Amino acid sequence: MNFDFSDDQKLLKEQVRKFLADKCPTKVVRRVLDGNETHAEDVWKGLVDLGVPATGIPEAYGGLGLSPLEVCVIAEEIGRAAAPVPFDSSVVLATEALKLAGSEAQKKKWLTALAEGKAIGTLAIAEGAQPPKPRSIRTTFGNGRLNGKKVPVADGEAATFAIALANTGGSGDRAVSLVIVDLSQAAVAKKRVETIDPARKHAELTFTDANAELLGAEGEGWSLLERLYDAAAVYFAFAQVGGAEAAMWMARDYALQRQAFGRAIASYQAIKHKLADCYVKLELARSNAYYGAMMLTEGGADLPLAAAAARIAATDAYDFAAKENIQTHGGIGFTWEADTQFHYRRSRVMALSLGGPMAWKDKLVSRLEQKNAA
Amino acid sequence: MDFNDTPEEAAFRKEVRTWLEANATRKSDDTQSFRARNDDPGLLVKAKEWQDKKAKAGYARITWPKEFGGRGASPILQVIYQQEEANYLVPLGFFDIGLGMCIPTMMAYASPEHLKRYVKPALHGQEVWCQLFSEPAAGSDVAGIRTKAERDGDDWVINGQKVWTSGAHYSDFGIVITRTDPNVPKHSGLTMFFLDMKSPGVEVRPIKQMSGGANFNEVFFTNVRIPDSQRLGKVGEGWKAALTTLMNERLAVGLPSGGLDIDELMELARDTDLEDGPAIRNQTVRSKIAEWYVQQQGLKLTRYRTLTALSKGQTPGPESSIIKIVAAPKMQDMGAFAMELMGPAGIMKEEIPHAGGFQAQWIGGAGFRIAGGTDEILRNIVAERVLGMPADVRVDKDIPFNQLGKK
Repeated sequence: MNFDFSDDQKLLKEQVRKFLADKCPTKVVRRVLDGNETHAEDVWKGLVDLGVPATGIPEAYGGLGLSPLEVCVIAEEIGRAAAPVPFDSSVVLATEALKLAGSEAQKKKWLTALAEGKAIGTLAIAEGAQPPKPRSIRTTFGNGRLNGKKVPVADGEAATFAIALANTGGSGDRAVSLVIVDLSQAAVAKKRVETIDPARKHAELTFTDANAELLGAEGEGWSLLERLYDAAAVYFAFAQVGGAEAAMWMARDYALQRQAFGRAIASYQAIKHKLADCYVKLELARSNAYYGAMMLTEGGADLPLAAAAARIAATDAYDFAAKENIQTHGGIGFTWEADTQFHYRRSRVMALSLGGPMAWKDKLVSRLEQKNAA
Repeated sequence: MDFNDTPEEAAFRKEVRTWLEANATRKSDDTQSFRARNDDPGLLVKAKEWQDKKAKAGYARITWPKEFGGRGASPILQVIYQQEEANYLVPLGFFDIGLGMCIPTMMAYASPEHLKRYVKPALHGQEVWCQLFSEPAAGSDVAGIRTKAERDGDDWVINGQKVWTSGAHYSDFGIVITRTDPNVPKHSGLTMFFLDMKSPGVEVRPIKQMSGGANFNEVFFTNVRIPDSQRLGKVGEGWKAALTTLMNERLAVGLPSGGLDIDELMELARDTDLEDGPAIRNQTVRSKIAEWYVQQQGLKLTRYRTLTALSKGQTPGPESSIIKIVAAPKMQDMGAFAMELMGPAGIMKEEIPHAGGFQAQWIGGAGFRIAGGTDEILRNIVAERVLGMPADVRVDKDIPFNQLGKK
């Protein structure tokens, strides 16, 4: 039985953790939350120097060629710090999409740029009010031109390229394809949108005859997206586990110092049981996330099921820890000055960005049905 | 990452399989079991035979030192043996408390002569042990026990009552915690002994549980004499000895194995016709199934993390402390939900496939949430030992036991 990370992986995790504790304390999250910058460029540059974007990229494209496990331990630390950097968009979603569906030329161009930190990528799927689905995508792609509007796009302003879902004229799930589009061209307009988490800036991207090319085969967009989300769900789960753990300890630390009715509130069972429940959810999430990481690494047939379980457990753990952290703090936890808001905001952004728990629970049962039928 | 055995573990597993195949019958399906029950005296005889066979082959207590009949081997090998044994139809459950809790306490406190006398018969299933701790007025607060032990020459005289004593009705010996000094605060006045359950003055009465079973007992002591040589630890240090036992309890009490789970729930949901079609297509039903699946997987995988630490010769982290907190309410809630799916007939025992099984979970879950540490006590333990939060304020801390509740 070897269901744990290696010593080297734990060392890497420690290294990233120390870097973020030093360079990305909560005051940096607050700086981005309150300010105008698209992300913490200083922190991002440091992560690039550490080789974070290069970690999971094959050596042939200038990366470090490490396994998903190394990316997972990094994700956990990014989540713990609630770091205001385009990790989810670029290191997880754009990188994985290229690895999954990119042509040799596309990989050479974009993965190399990502590994060197010269490019930031993102994923552009949603188009406003309705949850995205093949028949609701209005953005079109044909004759090398992309037209339409995507919103919200995480890191849309900072990103140098996007992978977008566009209608290519097929029917049913085959109506849509993934395309890759350079965001530096004049045919792309970027506009910041206000969201619940100003520490992670989002944008509206408008494409007017923008140059773009297919990523993967035409009509395969929806099934590629499904596979991309499975991989992303695992990485996100680690970030959510890191965030949940940080929120839990923040609540614990405050409960130890806050006095009420003559003693520390940490000595009351109402608070102890609440935080014990945080720990229970956290460990369920961690165990499910580990299995997701294992399936992702070995390309196991159980990945779709493991990814869904990891996603559901981690979303639950982070949501719960983030909200009960505020509750444990009482009134001070609801002020703008308190650090509690960072995890509360981030937990909801992460819960929604790959589709919410309701959709993943439905997916999980479908996958269980498929597995049982097989 | 992988779930594979190390070469040493694989070799041991193979050896165990070969031995089990030669000595036991393989289960035809994994819902079959053969646990300790009250209503079948023949089962104890079979269990004793099986235990003796195991002990002779060196599988009864793999982690114990060789001098006590063990192999002095790593806990992971013990786990491997149990994993393999679970595939065979063998009678289990009679010796877990004795070998998991009582004898380890004996090893910590009993004299070499007593160990020579008692360990081997216990290991070979010839003598069964029970643990006499809980009392009607001392459950979660077990240090609040009232059973008295008074010194009389070379003996102690015991009077009082224990409750929830598993297997007392077929046990030969027991370890008992008593109050030897009511004039000091509660933790300081306790002393532990072991005793012959056939001693004059010991009366065992079964407790019929809500589930209909009767695996537990009340045990009454009326002027029961125990020689001082059967004292375990110093006079007044019984709490320390009890902690030794309870620490071993945490290793001994596992998950209930077998039983109905997600597969059966999905089967039921496929077969249940709701107003808008099969229940399995209903989003509320699907959400519930997904949530319990995530818990079931989470528990299994958490156990794998603990086993990984054991396999590497490390001390496991605190993650296994979540297991009963999750498993017990899940049993109760999933049972109740399955019954709801069946509609009004969900209350009937035999109408619908699996009905009895889910009802048993719903009933049994209510007990499992209490046994071996309530949900609430387990949350205190997580908060205090894992999260480093303060223990409760003890209003009885510095008050002599016999002054408690008096103003």
